[in-house]
Amino acid sequence: MLDRAIKGGPKYWGWLIFLLVMMTIGFGCYLYQFKVGLRVTGMSRDVSWGLYISQLTYLVGIAASGVMVVLPFYLHDYKAFGRLTILGEFMAIVAVLMCGLFVMVDLGQVTRVLNIIMYPHPKSILFWDMIVLNVYMLLNLLIGWNVLAAERKGIHYQTWVKVLIYISIPWAFSIHTVTAFLYSGLPGRHFWLTAIMAPRFLASAFCSGPALLLLICLIVRKVSKFDPGEKQIRTLGGIIAYAFVLNIFFFLMEIFTSFYSQIPGHMNTFEYLFVGLDGYGKLVPWMWAFVVASVVALILLIVPATRRKEDTLLVACIAVIVATWIDKGLGLIIGGFIPNPFEKVFEYWPTTPEILITLGIYATGFFVLTVLFKMAVSIKEEVGA
Amino acid sequence: MGVDRRQFLKITGLSALAGLGGKTAFELLAPGKVEAALPLMEGKRWAMVIDMRGMTEEIMKKCREACHRVHNVPEFDDPKVEIKWIWEEDFTHAFPDQEQGNEYVADKDEHRNFLLLCNHCSNPPCCRVCPTGATWQREDGIVMMDWHRCIGCRFCMAGCPFGSRSFNWGDPRLAPKELNPGFPTNLEFPTRTKGVVEKCTFCDERLAKGQLPACVETANKIKNDTLIFGDLADPESNVRQALRKHFTIRRKAELGTGPNVYYII
Repeated sequence: MLDRAIKGGPKYWGWLIFLLVMMTIGFGCYLYQFKVGLRVTGMSRDVSWGLYISQLTYLVGIAASGVMVVLPFYLHDYKAFGRLTILGEFMAIVAVLMCGLFVMVDLGQVTRVLNIIMYPHPKSILFWDMIVLNVYMLLNLLIGWNVLAAERKGIHYQTWVKVLIYISIPWAFSIHTVTAFLYSGLPGRHFWLTAIMAPRFLASAFCSGPALLLLICLIVRKVSKFDPGEKQIRTLGGIIAYAFVLNIFFFLMEIFTSFYSQIPGHMNTFEYLFVGLDGYGKLVPWMWAFVVASVVALILLIVPATRRKEDTLLVACIAVIVATWIDKGLGLIIGGFIPNPFEKVFEYWPTTPEILITLGIYATGFFVLTVLFKMAVSIKEEVGA
Repeated sequence: MGVDRRQFLKITGLSALAGLGGKTAFELLAPGKVEAALPLMEGKRWAMVIDMRGMTEEIMKKCREACHRVHNVPEFDDPKVEIKWIWEEDFTHAFPDQEQGNEYVADKDEHRNFLLLCNHCSNPPCCRVCPTGATWQREDGIVMMDWHRCIGCRFCMAGCPFGSRSFNWGDPRLAPKELNPGFPTNLEFPTRTKGVVEKCTFCDERLAKGQLPACVETANKIKNDTLIFGDLADPESNVRQALRKHFTIRRKAELGTGPNVYYII
């Protein structure tokens, strides 16, 4: 099936070469980081996780692209999503792949990573996160590949694949829950110590994943004969609208609890993020960009006319991606470390090598995504689906 | 215990075969005697009481220097990458929970530095979150580190509410030479590699030899009983007596981690 990925026009190859260049730059920076140590990043004794772990957190959400099309199709027999399930699953694979890479580049001693398996410690949430993410990737790989292969041959996929599909649906919920537990169970990190963390992760995932999927579907429609379908786009728009509204609702609940109770530990990080604390406020412009993007997304998604119109829905999707990225890919993790355990502010900002490594991993993800989508779309074009 | 020539040769020969040092042979020859001479090896729950009444800036500085010297802790003079096993922090920041909103802290305490180190919690969150068991709680309560198993994920740093853990952002041997004359300062103690987390171990290596932790020894040379180290499980121990006699506070006790470092105010 992979042979479809090596037949493409100059634009296709140009895009892949561009990604390869980004990957090479990122890899070069990683070799530098590997040699010198993580001091080449902006992370510090106080903010000990930065851009890498933030991206892991964000991308776990993107992996929800799979379940949000798989669930309506298989559990509610919503036939229209049939042509999207493989794309959703492939995107989930790529998202989890990037998650894994971000964990790897964040480790101080990456060569010892197998210690997690050789000396397993089930009390650690990281152990469970490793399990749920890897199994989720494997499930989607097996499902996506076999369903596509069956489609190419014009036959129905095997029964065991169906079993895996049913397992993959609750499993998708587990990856967001367990990843939220990484943060929400730590004493003394007031910003993270909240029972609504897992629901927030789910809501954020269920809008950001489908938003990116929809965006990429529209690109695919432009560059190929494959049409995701008007009805499908409209339904996805509805899913994104509900999930994003919930996401913002949960976020506002955090704000209420913190500021009505007036407990300083609960307010400090929000103050740092939105107005600055003790004169420090590197993330303030970003968080207001999050507010603006959220308002734009809310309006465009709630008003039926703009949600159903494709170009305004496109803008809404971009706004959702921007808002959820700033929220989870920046503010949530970095904010959790500010102020530090001594109630002091020590700020974080990523360095150039750190940003280039991050972009390199994103390029790797998009490279694999392009190859997988090219394969899937070519087969769909052949069978005329 | 009588040992004839034949037995002696057998034991020393076997020890040598196993590549063990003379101390082991000694232990085999006189079991129990070594331990008896070293009561510090038998603690069940090590704890420290810091008497702030007699504490001075000089003692704290000397403690920090002694600790960092015997454990090869490099000096970077840069808060971004610094490594601290024991250090000074003023009251407001050492006890932020007790201080929140209190504008009227006693003059003697408000800007006063306290000596901070790992609390060797009874219920340590760092050990709970570690995915490999590279940090764990020993039977005597010490929260230990295995620098050869640590993968550098820094989950323990996120889990510790006391900021007691430091990460080797780079190779400690490459720390600025002018700040670290003669580094590594103690050839009998390992230097760490880049990419692992480290922290105070209550001087487990000294306890094993029957010595007090380096900070305790240093402080008590200047002023006796400023730092009191002992076993909380023993009702007659020096720490239990100190805790019975004085009102003490612990850092962030409300989080339930059970810190084992107490401060007499």
